[in-house]
Amino acid sequence: MALLTCRGLRKEFGDHVVLDHLDLTVEEHQVVALIGASGSGKSTLLRCVNLLEELDDGVIELDGEEISDPRVDPDRVRRRIGMVFQSYNLFPHLTVLENVTLAPRRVHRRARAEAEAQARELLDRVGLAGKATAYPDRLSGGQQQRVAIVRALANQPRLMLLDEVTSALDPELVGEVLSMIRDLKTDGMTMVLATHEMGFAREVADQVCFLDGGRVVEAGPPEQVLGEPTQPRTRQFLRRIIEAGRL
Amino acid sequence: MSLLRHVPSPAQQRRAEHRRRQGVRSVLVAACSTAALGTLLVLAVTGAPGWDRVRESFLDPAIARDALPAVLTGLWLNVRLLVCCAAGALLLGLVIALLRTLRGPAFFPIRALAAGYTYTFRGLPLIIVLYVLTLGVPGLRLQGMPPVLVLGGLALVLTYGGYLAEVFRAGIESIHPSQLAAARSLGLTYRQTMRHVVLPQAVRRVAPPLLNDVVALQKDVGLVSLAGPIDAVRAAQIATAETFNYTPYILAGALFVLLAIPLIAVTDWVTLRSARRQSGG
Repeated sequence: MALLTCRGLRKEFGDHVVLDHLDLTVEEHQVVALIGASGSGKSTLLRCVNLLEELDDGVIELDGEEISDPRVDPDRVRRRIGMVFQSYNLFPHLTVLENVTLAPRRVHRRARAEAEAQARELLDRVGLAGKATAYPDRLSGGQQQRVAIVRALANQPRLMLLDEVTSALDPELVGEVLSMIRDLKTDGMTMVLATHEMGFAREVADQVCFLDGGRVVEAGPPEQVLGEPTQPRTRQFLRRIIEAGRL
Repeated sequence: MSLLRHVPSPAQQRRAEHRRRQGVRSVLVAACSTAALGTLLVLAVTGAPGWDRVRESFLDPAIARDALPAVLTGLWLNVRLLVCCAAGALLLGLVIALLRTLRGPAFFPIRALAAGYTYTFRGLPLIIVLYVLTLGVPGLRLQGMPPVLVLGGLALVLTYGGYLAEVFRAGIESIHPSQLAAARSLGLTYRQTMRHVVLPQAVRRVAPPLLNDVVALQKDVGLVSLAGPIDAVRAAQIATAETFNYTPYILAGALFVLLAIPLIAVTDWVTLRSARRQSGG
């Protein structure tokens, strides 16, 4: 059974249709990369899966449970899904350690000592143990984004949603965040990531989905979608990316 | 750390020397202009034809000494009222602001009541609220009616709670939606998000305007004297009526300023600190 199934998703903002009958299936331990131009619906799709946006049509199933059912408690669903945002969205008034332990303590009701021990271990694994008592504004963008990933992991999610997590970073800081995602894949984490890093998508993804106009226009293994695309719109998109020197 | 000390170049030494000379000149110019303006003001006031009369009736040290105990007793009432009313108004304002953020149809009446409250009490003059509560409510002759002082304090809390609620609400609304999205994505409930993510940031952001309203409240607590209790201004008025001399008013005014200085200093310090924080320094 697939971990995540989206069927016929539709989302409108006013007159603008952002998701238009979109289908997507993600198997456990699979990494799916969503590519496409800005406004193609990548971020909206991730926000819908995390129930941060209300659907206008369609069904989302997580672990066989229909989470798009309005009777489902969204807070219970979100505990099983980790989300990382383009602009990190760390809580500026809390230290790194407090950012990471907030959900384990308040949502999962863990004891403070236990939550902190787990957080320190996670931070240590990504080389940020020394920053535990620092406030986010003292960290570089790459460090902030790594803390944001650790914060999402502290909930021990079944699924990670990564929304253009390197787009706001200086080029020399992209590598440290990508290598952390690479490690997550090695650990078997199921991930859906919206990205503009085509090289990284090719390397890390099991499946690449090209979104255009709120639909999955082409999906398949990275070599096929990025190497020998069959759809003219995919070819056109990739040509523009190559011209910009991003592939 | 470098072991070699940086030796400034001749160009930098010339610049430093120039800046030092400029600095000395600015201090001298400031001292001269202040002295000139001060002398002019003193001459204008003391040289005025009625100066001697005014000095006698507004600045008589003997009368100030006599009035001081009564005015200080009154001021103690102001201080106690200020502490209680500020705490009450801050609490009420926070609760009203939170009620106004509640969503969902079930909360419509609560939202409407909270909004109606802020509209009414921000529009209503404080004096009218005071008269209604301290003169009108006791007229009901209900059992267990609190003393006039408590009713007067309640009028202040109700009026200032309305202003403070709007300040809190502005703070809550100034927190970027991405912060809420991040908190909710972690599985925090709406209440947990408010309590742990939104409010701590919002209160810090609006601390300067909140304290500003407390400074304003400090002057308005004296209005309870309209209902009988003797505050510093009322004590000064009584002393003035006994001596036909206005010095007690000046005394009370000076004491109010002294009382306000620490509060204003704290406000300035908090404002400065939050400005520094926001600039990422």
